[in-house]
Order: sequence, then structure tokens, then C-alpha cells
Amino acid sequence: MKNQNINTEQDYKYGFTTDIENVRAPKGLSEESIKFISKIKKEPKWMLDWRLKAFNRLKNLKEPNWQKPKYPKINYQDLYYYSAPKSVSEKPKSLDEVDPKLIETYKKLGIPLQEQKRLSGVAVDAVFDSVSVATTYKEELTKKGIIFCSISEAIREHPDLVKKYLGSVIPLTDHYFATLNSAVFTDGSFVYIPPKVKCPMELSTYFRINASETGQFERTLIIADKGSYVSYLEGCTAPMRDENQLHAANVELVALDDSEIKYSTVQNWYPGDKDGVGGIYNFVTKRGACRGKNSKISWTQVETGSAITWKYPSCILQGDNSVGEFYSIAITNNHQKADTGTKMIHLGKNTKSKIISKGISAGKADNTYRGLVDIGKKALNSRNYTQCDSLLMGNKCGAHTVPYIKNKNSSSIVEHEATTSKINEEQLFYCNQRGLNQEEAIGLIVNGFCKEVLQQLPMEFAVEAQKLVGISLEGSVG
Amino acid sequence: MLEIKNLKASINSKDILKGLSITIKPGELHAIMGPNGSGKSTLANVLSGKNGYEISGEIKYQGKSLKKISIDERAQKGIFLAFQYPTEIPGVNTNNFLKTSLNKVRKARGEKELDTLSFLKLLKEKSSELGIDEKMLSRQLNVGFSGGEKKKNEILQMKVLDPNLVILDETDSGLDIDALKIIADGVNSSRDKKKSFLVITHYQRLLDYIKPDFVHVLSDGKIVKSGCMELAEELEKKGYKKIN
Repeated sequence: MKNQNINTEQDYKYGFTTDIENVRAPKGLSEESIKFISKIKKEPKWMLDWRLKAFNRLKNLKEPNWQKPKYPKINYQDLYYYSAPKSVSEKPKSLDEVDPKLIETYKKLGIPLQEQKRLSGVAVDAVFDSVSVATTYKEELTKKGIIFCSISEAIREHPDLVKKYLGSVIPLTDHYFATLNSAVFTDGSFVYIPPKVKCPMELSTYFRINASETGQFERTLIIADKGSYVSYLEGCTAPMRDENQLHAANVELVALDDSEIKYSTVQNWYPGDKDGVGGIYNFVTKRGACRGKNSKISWTQVETGSAITWKYPSCILQGDNSVGEFYSIAITNNHQKADTGTKMIHLGKNTKSKIISKGISAGKADNTYRGLVDIGKKALNSRNYTQCDSLLMGNKCGAHTVPYIKNKNSSSIVEHEATTSKINEEQLFYCNQRGLNQEEAIGLIVNGFCKEVLQQLPMEFAVEAQKLVGISLEGSVG
Repeated sequence: MLEIKNLKASINSKDILKGLSITIKPGELHAIMGPNGSGKSTLANVLSGKNGYEISGEIKYQGKSLKKISIDERAQKGIFLAFQYPTEIPGVNTNNFLKTSLNKVRKARGEKELDTLSFLKLLKEKSSELGIDEKMLSRQLNVGFSGGEKKKNEILQMKVLDPNLVILDETDSGLDIDALKIIADGVNSSRDKKKSFLVITHYQRLLDYIKPDFVHVLSDGKIVKSGCMELAEELEKKGYKKIN
């Protein structure tokens, strides 16, 4: 019998490096480098003070270590906290001023920034290492009163909004990585949707790590004012390197009365090679507050990259009748590790949350779903539904489900379902017998397994995500 | 079409097929009957190329050895297996699956891939020929299908893919008489001078509806007797033990 011929090396087509001259902060974590970041971004004093407050707080905090994937100690003095192409030290006012090398980089990543080639119906903010290099469709959005810009720009141009909401969902003192981010964050996106406005297009940010020995500290803040709606998507890639690079982001969402935020992530950071060398440490704090009544926040994540993914996009359901959703696909192959899930904190009455998690583990990878459903005393008549499915490929990988459930009143209902299965030889045989090769068969079966989550993605990205799911598992069944 | 000579197959060092020979010409329908454990399903699996068997002997399909041909390539070359237990694939739409499959086969034949509209037209035609409710096709592949629906779906796939060699692995087992007739009609309407069929079954029942050209009795991994329809009738009367 013929054995199936399958690539054993995973293809990471975004692994290239852009050769570009950088401006960097002094090496290491210090007041000096924080002042450097604040100065180069022309921040007001209140912002610098805020950063320094976080930095002081950080001195008393320890890195958490309760997570399943362990990692070697990170030497924070050996990192650069700011690195940006020299040509964008002043953010270019129009695309004509953007360094052609950067435009070329984004083109290679499939994100055209030029006017005539832009993705239709999608506005893009492009973040390269520590700076935002371009934001498309700005004028059109401005007409509706929508603010979509880099966080650095928002700090200068919209200080009242930033002051009011920054740190209001993830407090300065939250935990080690969140506090570190508050001290040294560099760029990310800022979105404000005014009352009763439905954002007419998808907003998206594309994060690219390029420089070596550099950590990326993204900060994103999205505010949906009363009765508004926005759908936002982020994508991420990085070059192939032997070193592990840190991406520690803070993302805060605020939904006021009757508003809705849909936040989708397609995370494809470099996962490391097949022996587990290199790759990104994706240690991210994402939290949304459904502050107003009848508000809704929906997280969808497709996590296929990174050496270690460690994140729990969460919802604080403060407003009565508010809704939180979490749809997740986490794929780990080779030596990748993921410890991801969500927290649904029910505070308001009649609040609802739904968690659908699909974990897929192949090679020697390890995949953990960890989630908290906490229904408070006053959150009467609340409901949660959780479904966690794990799919294993081969016999050297692992899948774990760690649900924490707290229900503090008797009128609320919590449901939890979990399954673990192995990819089925009979399913593969069936697909093969209908003319599909091994990789096509795996892609089909896994996409079927993930369908409920993939359906949540905006149309423009669903097809890409489906392909990514297939590619991430190439070579996983021999 | 198919030439099997002295085929031996074992799995986990247990011998199952012990020197089986059979020749099927284009246009012929052969039935293989045999008791449980005689190697019927193994034969179907080995012909379709399923992994995990130690094999010796010769299998020629359209004059060429199948030795180094993978499962999907065999399928693309026109070997179709109607499964005894069609597997469920959650989240995969039956329509889409069949379209993907058909286009793989068409591509291998050097034909143009069908777009969604032409595919749906073809599907509608074939399913109404078989009297299959189209609603079934918008469901997830085999998920929650009744036994009869699963088998009908197999026959529909056979119709759509239009293979050269069809292997039916106990397609009749567990079917009521109405479903059995649909399956038989599907097979009969597909028979022509170019297509060959290998029908694996326990019972004569199916053979009342699809008349085989030849009947073989498989026992302990070998063909112990070959003949015409009368052999099937004799088997039904006397049982397998007497035939040996």
C-alpha cells in the first residue's frame, strides 16, 4: 500500500523580514525607556504620569505562573520596548508619504494599503512593530463621526475619551503583563462609534512584528456609544526567528446602552519551527465591559500561531439584559502550546453568555481550555451555555478542559458540555475514497468541527480563516 | 476491468484473504456472498486501497496494477465503494462534500470543474431519479441520517460521480423493502456496457432485484464456488455450510 505523501515541514508564508532602518528606545525596562516612548509619541504629561504609575506598581508584581504552558524566564532588561522604522517617526499624513518598503511589506501580507487596491468594505489600521503606519478610509468614517485611528493619535487628539475609558476595563494594577503593557504600550487602535451609528464597514488592525529583540505592546481601546454597532477584526504575523518574542497586548472594549461590539481575531504569529525553536509568546489581556443595558460583546478568535498562546478574552456583563459571547478555535501543532478561554462575569439581571470553544491539538502540542463563569448574587435570571470540544490528532498531543463555574443565585442557569475526540480514521478513509487527498480530508473534517465558530467571522475573512485552519495542520497526520 | 489473482491480505498478522482470484469484465455484475468473517469487507477495503493491510498477489484495474496507487487516486480513477457503514462527518454539508468530491474526480478525468449552479442542477436530476428528498442533502454529511438515508446517500453519490467500478459493501443490510428497491433501481439504471459492479451481500434478497451475471461464494478467504443466479438460490435454501 502506498503511504500518503505529506509535507512534514509546516509552511509559514509570512516568515520574511523587512530590511528597514529603525529607531529604538534604549534597551531594557526603565523609567528612561518609558520617558523615551512617551516623548517620541508626543504624549501629554498625564499619559506619562499614568505610565510611570504603572511602572512603579509593576515593581511589586510577580509574573503569574498558574498556567499550563511553562516558559523560560524572560529577561525584561534584554528587550527593546520601542522600535519603529525611521521613516515613520512622524506618522505619514498620506499614503504617498509612507515608505514604499512598508507598503510592499503589507502587500506581501495580503493587506494592500493603496487607495485603488484597498480591501473593499474594510478599513485597515496597519501597525508595524511599535507604530501605526497607515489607516485607510479615514475620511469616510469621519463623516459619520466615527473615530478610527492609532491609540497614539487618540491620546493627542481625543484626550477626553482616552482619559475617560483607558484602564477602565483593565485596571492599571490588574496583573503583571497588563501592568507591564500599561507602562510601555506603544501602538494599537482606537475606535469610537458615536450614539446610534452603525459602522458602515469592518474595521481592522493588522499587527506585524518585524524587528528582533523587540517586544510588541499593543494597546487597543474600542468604545461603542449608546445604540451603536461595530465589527472589528485584527490579524497578526511575524518573521521566522530562533528567539522567542513577546507580544503582550491589552485590549479594552466598552459597550454602552443598546450597543454591540463584535471583535474577531485571526492570530497567526510565527509558531516556531517543528522542533519548537522560536515563535511568539502571545500573552494577551482582552476584556470587554457591557456597561449599558441591552449591550452585547461578542469575541471570536481563531488562534493558529504563536509558540505559546495565553489569553482569556472576557466579558463583564454589568448592564441588565446584556449579552457576552465567546467563540474560539485554538489550533496547536508541533510544539505549540495554548492556554486559552474566557471569563464571563455576570453582574446585571437577565444577563446571558455563550461560550463555544473548539480546541485542536496535533503533533506534540498541548491545548488547554480554561474558563470562568461567575454569576453574581444580583444577576438574577442569568444564563450561561458553554460547549468545549477538543479534537486530538495523533497520540503525542494533549487536550485539557478546566472550567470554573460559580453561581451565586438560585434563579440562574449554567450549562456546560464538553467532548474530546480523536480524528477518526474512518472519516479520513471515507473522504479519501471520494477522491480527496489526506490534507484535503483533514482540512474538511477540521473545518466541519470548527464550523460554529467560523460562521461567526465576517465574510471577508471567513474564507481566509478556513484555509488557515487547513494549513496549520499540514503534516499532522502521517 | 478488474483482475484479481491469488490475493492474500492480513491485518495484525491475522490472515483474512487467502488466495482469492476473480475477473470482472466491463458491463458485468458480480455478486460475492459469504458468511460473517469470510473476508467480504476486507476485499472491499483492499480494493479501495485502505491502509493497514499486508498484501500479496495481484490486483489489476483497467490493465494496470493498483499496488502503489493511493485511496484517493483510485477513487479519481473511477473506483467507488458504497460503504457498509457510511461515517458521519459533523459540520460538513452533504451538498458541498459531494461537489468537492465530484470536482476532484472530474479534474482527474481532465474535465472542467462544475460551478455551484451546474452542480446543483445535476444533483437535482440524480436525486429525483432516485426519489431522494433534496432536503437530506442540505444536512451535515450522514449526521442523524437513518440507516436507509445513509445508504441512499451512497447510491446518490455513485450516480453523481459516475465511476467505472462500483463496489457495494453490504449496501442492502438493514434496509426495509422500499429502501432496498431504491438502491436496486439506482444500480439497475446505472448498469451499462462500460461499468462493472461487485456486489457484496449476505442475502439473496438484493439479488432478486439486481440480477447478477455471476455469483461467487466466499468462505474463509477464498472463492469456494462460482456460478450463476441459481447458486444464490441454492445458498439461500441450504445455507453456507452445505456449499463447502
